[in-house]
Amino acid sequence: MVEFIKDNLILNDPMIVGANISILLTVIVLVFVLTYFKKWKWLWTEWITTVDHKRIGIMYIISALLMLFRGGVDALLMRAQLTVPNASFLSSQHYNEIFTTHGTIMILFMAMPFLLGLMNVVVPLQIGARDVAFPYLNNLSFWSFFFGAILFNISFVFGGSPDAGWTNYAPLAIEGSPGPGINYYLLGLQVSGIGTLLTGINFIVTIIKMRAPGMTLLRMPMFSWTTLITSFIIVFAFPILTVTLAMMTFDRLFGTHFFTLTAGGNPMLWANFFWLWGHPEVYIVVLPAFGIFSEVIATFSRKTLFGHKSMIISLVVISGLSFLVWVHHFYTMGGSANVNNIFSITTMAIAIPTGIKIFNWLGTLYKARIQFTAAMMWALAFIPTFVIGGVTGVMLGMAAADFQYHNTYFLIAHFHYTLIAGVVFACFAGFVYWYPKMFGHKMNEPIGKWAFWFFTIGFNVCFLPQFLLGFAGMPRRVYTYLPEDGWTALNVVSTIGAVGMGIGFVIIVYNVYYSLRHSKMETTGDSWNGRTLEWATATAVPPHYNFPVTPVVKDVDAFWQMKQEGTANKKDIEYEPIHMPNNTGTPFVMSIFFFIAGFGLVFEIWWMAILGIAGSFGCMIFRSLRSHVYDKGYYVSVEEIKRLEQPFHKEA
Amino acid sequence: MENTNKLNTNVPLEYQTETGKLNILGFWIFLGAEVALFSTLYAAYFALKDGVMEGPLPIDVFDFNYTIIMTIVLLTSSFTSGLAIHEMRRNNIKAMVVWLIITLLFGAGFLYMEIAEFIHLVHSGATLGTNALWSSFYLLTGTHGVHVAIGIVWITLIIFQALKRGLTPDTAKKVFVSSLYWHFLDFVWIFVFTGVYLLGMVK
Repeated sequence: MVEFIKDNLILNDPMIVGANISILLTVIVLVFVLTYFKKWKWLWTEWITTVDHKRIGIMYIISALLMLFRGGVDALLMRAQLTVPNASFLSSQHYNEIFTTHGTIMILFMAMPFLLGLMNVVVPLQIGARDVAFPYLNNLSFWSFFFGAILFNISFVFGGSPDAGWTNYAPLAIEGSPGPGINYYLLGLQVSGIGTLLTGINFIVTIIKMRAPGMTLLRMPMFSWTTLITSFIIVFAFPILTVTLAMMTFDRLFGTHFFTLTAGGNPMLWANFFWLWGHPEVYIVVLPAFGIFSEVIATFSRKTLFGHKSMIISLVVISGLSFLVWVHHFYTMGGSANVNNIFSITTMAIAIPTGIKIFNWLGTLYKARIQFTAAMMWALAFIPTFVIGGVTGVMLGMAAADFQYHNTYFLIAHFHYTLIAGVVFACFAGFVYWYPKMFGHKMNEPIGKWAFWFFTIGFNVCFLPQFLLGFAGMPRRVYTYLPEDGWTALNVVSTIGAVGMGIGFVIIVYNVYYSLRHSKMETTGDSWNGRTLEWATATAVPPHYNFPVTPVVKDVDAFWQMKQEGTANKKDIEYEPIHMPNNTGTPFVMSIFFFIAGFGLVFEIWWMAILGIAGSFGCMIFRSLRSHVYDKGYYVSVEEIKRLEQPFHKEA
Repeated sequence: MENTNKLNTNVPLEYQTETGKLNILGFWIFLGAEVALFSTLYAAYFALKDGVMEGPLPIDVFDFNYTIIMTIVLLTSSFTSGLAIHEMRRNNIKAMVVWLIITLLFGAGFLYMEIAEFIHLVHSGATLGTNALWSSFYLLTGTHGVHVAIGIVWITLIIFQALKRGLTPDTAKKVFVSSLYWHFLDFVWIFVFTGVYLLGMVK
């Protein structure tokens, strides 16, 4: 046991030792604070076991911000290493590990949970529901994501990080990478993938079955629409990842031959399967982002979203096409000209529905009295920046031209323009926009705008030069270069931009603290003069049952229409007791067993893997036997509802 | 989750509560994800089935009569599972449980035959690590077999619950959902039987 820990704990790198110590100190401080203020019970009953979609959403968002920090530090380390030629700040191995964890964490443990968090907070409110369809599963979704993320993240202090890129191509990841690193990647993603799949199922059922009366599908707000379509993509794409990860796990642990060159395996099968999941995954993160921008732009333009129906049609078309373009990630890897042609055409076809969306947003802004709030500024910056990402995407989509751009910094710049301008801007816009819904006060606007300017200018300074670096021939995933290459000046500029983005992030975190201390509490549920139902609650932070009486929808912008008619926030309502689900601790325990099983498999400690798997099945059996008791839930009494709805009565 | 106790007695028992309706739709969507899962396994098998460097060929080791018996055993279990739902709709819990037990016995028989077949294959030199063909064969049929095993444990638990608590909207929903799962396993097996066994035995 001691030998095992001694062998795997990484102590030869001063930076990682520093990280070890800071993690240890943080844990000690957290335990001390929780014990000193006697908050353990509060943590367990109010947060860990909660089935309230808003709280689960907040936990997702906090985890995502932590992961953004981790992924951002990785990015800054990479930029530090690449600033000048022949640098020796990081070794080549360390650099490989860092770009691998940066990519994986940013996509799977930052972008997705951030968006899933916002979905959790907003979607049930937006469709006028009291909770998601399966509150128990929702808790399980969060915890399996969380423990999957922990499993992936401990790799860098214990055993070594994965080092084959976030795409983890075979045969490098099987025959070229011994040690537990790749196993961490495989099992960490597997465990968190369970949660993602369950969330997909949960939101499909919630949105199809639990919309408020009168909310037809065509009257549904755009963010809920994007959530629905995203959930469908999740349900059909994530099983592919599950199988693909399992196949490589078998190759590494049990000697099968799926992706090995020997004994008839085919490494290209990994590339195909990975991108069969991976390309839809891109749309899983970008479609909800489009939804957030649609909400923000409509609210601060004070207009109904222009072309609501064409927006929905283009969403559906994108989701279909997203499954038909995967080969464009490896045009240069031996596909025939005909195959490349077909995928070139499907890839460029995606530009059509996406272009429709751009014009929808521009049409909404046209002749509007725009309010330049921080959230709106993120949305406005998104449009031109994302267009740059989209147009360079079409350039990359042309197979013949792609042979020039493939695996250069041109590609890196392209997908950061889509993923940062598309997804990260959306996360920040949504975070600021729905902040009062989560915490009862707004974020400070001037500080928010400072963060905006630092981040967006930093972003462009960081990534515009990388297009040029790509043209100049700088390949991705190299840990250093020579002075004769002539890439130094642009790399210096790029690093300066990265620092700007880092400062922007720090300002956002500071703003959370500042706003907590200084922002005024919101007195109504309608912080921004909103249009959709999430703003129709009486209090800023909705009570756990969301709506005391289910709202009735008559228009696309349901709440706006109520305000026009003067039917919003009526006073003389007869309340009825509300049925709500109970909290649950089983999913947390089950996820710990997932973690144990995953850890056991990473290090091939079989008794531990079997214990973990048996434990998780045990939890499922427990759930099956107890579900009838659990499903009874409880009732919120009329007195309790009156008390919680009080602020609104006072005001009226 | 609201109105859980409001019953609509014009529809079958399992659809009478709001929870029941949500769970059944959710399970259909879960089965959609399972289709994607098995499609991937199936695609992997077809992509790799010519990856035979050494080791026996399917045509040398598959036994037509044996696999057709396996198939009939599993298909029959699907039929008896349907009969159990029929009895559930007639509110005849005893007959339902009897048919469920018969279903499980057929399921267990299938599982026994599959394991015996695997042992036979391993002795003939076709193991998980022999080559890409056999790796993908075991992954596809093994995943199906694990699903059958899980189904057996799950339905056993549900039988106990139905016997203990009677036919309520809750237990009826569980029986119904587990029968959907059981039919789905049958559906998957039809493709495995045709694509893997029958095509594997074509000269």
